[in-house]
Amino acid sequence: MSIVLDIIASVGLWAAVLRIATPLIFGTLGALLCERAGVLNLGIEGIMTFGAMIGWLAVYHGADLLTGLLVAALAGAVFGLLHAALTVTLGLSQHVSGLGVTLFASSFSYYLFRLIVPLSGSPPTIEPFAPVTVPGLSDLPFIGPILSAQTPPTYLALLLALLLAYAVFRTPLGLAIRMTGENPHAAEAQGVNPMAVRYGAVIVGSALMAVGGAFLTLSAFNSFFPTMVQGRGWICIALVVFASWRPGRALFGALLFAFFDAFQLRLQTAVDGVPYQVFLMTPYILSILALCVMARRARVPQALMQPYRRGER
Amino acid sequence: MRFERREHRPLALIVLTPLLAVAAALALSGLLIAAAGAPVLEAYWRILVGAFGSRLSATETLTRATPLMLTGLAAAVAFRARVWNIGGEGQFYLGAIATAAVGSQLLSGAPGYLSIPLLLISGALAGMILLIVPLWLRLRFSVDEVVTSLLLNFVAVLVVSMLIDGPLKDPLAFGWPQSQSVADAAMLPKLVARSRLHWGFGIAVVLAFVVHFVQSRTVFGMKSRAAGLSPDGAVFAGVPLARTLLLVACLSGGLAGLAGAVEVLGVKGYVTTDLSPGFGYSGIVVAMLAGLHPLGVVLAALFTATMFVGADGMSRALKIPTYIADVTVALSLITMLVAVFFAQYRIRR
Repeated sequence: MSIVLDIIASVGLWAAVLRIATPLIFGTLGALLCERAGVLNLGIEGIMTFGAMIGWLAVYHGADLLTGLLVAALAGAVFGLLHAALTVTLGLSQHVSGLGVTLFASSFSYYLFRLIVPLSGSPPTIEPFAPVTVPGLSDLPFIGPILSAQTPPTYLALLLALLLAYAVFRTPLGLAIRMTGENPHAAEAQGVNPMAVRYGAVIVGSALMAVGGAFLTLSAFNSFFPTMVQGRGWICIALVVFASWRPGRALFGALLFAFFDAFQLRLQTAVDGVPYQVFLMTPYILSILALCVMARRARVPQALMQPYRRGER
Repeated sequence: MRFERREHRPLALIVLTPLLAVAAALALSGLLIAAAGAPVLEAYWRILVGAFGSRLSATETLTRATPLMLTGLAAAVAFRARVWNIGGEGQFYLGAIATAAVGSQLLSGAPGYLSIPLLLISGALAGMILLIVPLWLRLRFSVDEVVTSLLLNFVAVLVVSMLIDGPLKDPLAFGWPQSQSVADAAMLPKLVARSRLHWGFGIAVVLAFVVHFVQSRTVFGMKSRAAGLSPDGAVFAGVPLARTLLLVACLSGGLAGLAGAVEVLGVKGYVTTDLSPGFGYSGIVVAMLAGLHPLGVVLAALFTATMFVGADGMSRALKIPTYIADVTVALSLITMLVAVFFAQYRIRR
């Protein structure tokens, strides 16, 4: 018991929670935005991988870190455009299109990476984001050291969650997005162009996913390696359901999830005799459990996964 | 501009669709090869030679196609009934480790005619169980099985890793994480001597015909297709939806688990965590390229295996990363989706 309390009381744990949560916050918000407009984006896993790769590559070739994030966002937007073309214009199965985008984006990023950075013993590294100290905040007891261990993208993620919560529920644009996700025909009758809204949401959402991926290579680690996203994208898809498609709860869900993840990582070193694989499994099993608990209760956007064709029901 | 459903679809169009899709995918990855500064046509020629140029390479391609056929069939039967089984990779691994476990612990002394069928069944059962979980969650809690079956892939690989690090660890593997081997008597006989090609290939092709028969000629096949075309309509027509979907899940998960079993009994004899270079995920592409048709799966698996096996030699000769094969296969999924769409719809102004 004292082990558990020691872990929970440690600054290191809470600093790790914010760090682990950051890519999940970006990814979950991105997926949430797509789904609020009625498009499931299973391209997320591949888009995060591509974002991680291209952001890293940009910095490796001399761009500064913010440009790296921006490059990742742009690349994510391009994949979003592809997914939107398949699912919105052509109205293809969102499940299969998303998987296609994931398979393509991840294999393309491995290809590009290997082409530009040939296989070597130790992977090349970059200088990642350094932690920033916010004047005033960093002097607070306990919270101060936790916050001053964070890098700028983490703050960006936290701000983004608040911004998206405001935008989705308090702005005309947010209303248009929600209407498109609930009932595109009604939205169109109100003068909203459902096609345009869906394109916009998927493109911006995919850009956010890619930024989440880029966090992995530009802040959490300093190099890129294949399969580094490790299912984080799929976990984000589960978190969107857990959050009932609400940005505030998505932030909470990502933090909660990151807490469990950071906790199990520390427990792993403190407890002997349990195979480490059991600990590594917990994030995935937790996601499945979260889905089971929330799936019934959550209110799904009614037009999710339904293609919209003008004049057709 | 709008899309209008075609009233009539000529057979030629249906046959041409996957060919056009593959051609488009090859053209697009040709751009990537050209961007890398390599000659595109030579690259594709080398892929073809690498996959079929010699007796060894041809048998290697067929060996590689075997698990792809089975995971492709697994995805095809599931998608037909709109059971979105994306967990083929996990089912493959669980099938493989179940085979290795039963084969090395229980049936190590049994004669081949007894152990081979039993081991194939254990692999299939393990795959089944892994798909029944997400399907049950869908029926009970209305959880989308796409996400759950995907997440279970990671769990399954970790279970395998745990077992080959612990109870099933091969003490003679010099600390390398690898499971104990099944007995030599339990290995599938070779189809071609002095090659890796084994009878699993025959099993996969026969199963493609069996699945085709089941889908087109049996009541269960009709029910499963009805469940996919319109779940509400199927229920209205008296199809027991839950039971039908459960059977589909057993069939699909079983096929993917069998793929793992066949790979263990045919090629390696033991399990490592890199037994599958994404057979489960490629199986989805195979199924889509085949238009979810079981016999098409055989051809689509051959194409996919050709890319993967051929890319190895091409990569060494032209300094193009082997990942180009994965890119082409992924692209062909996307081009196939688009091609199928335009086979069904025409553009009207």
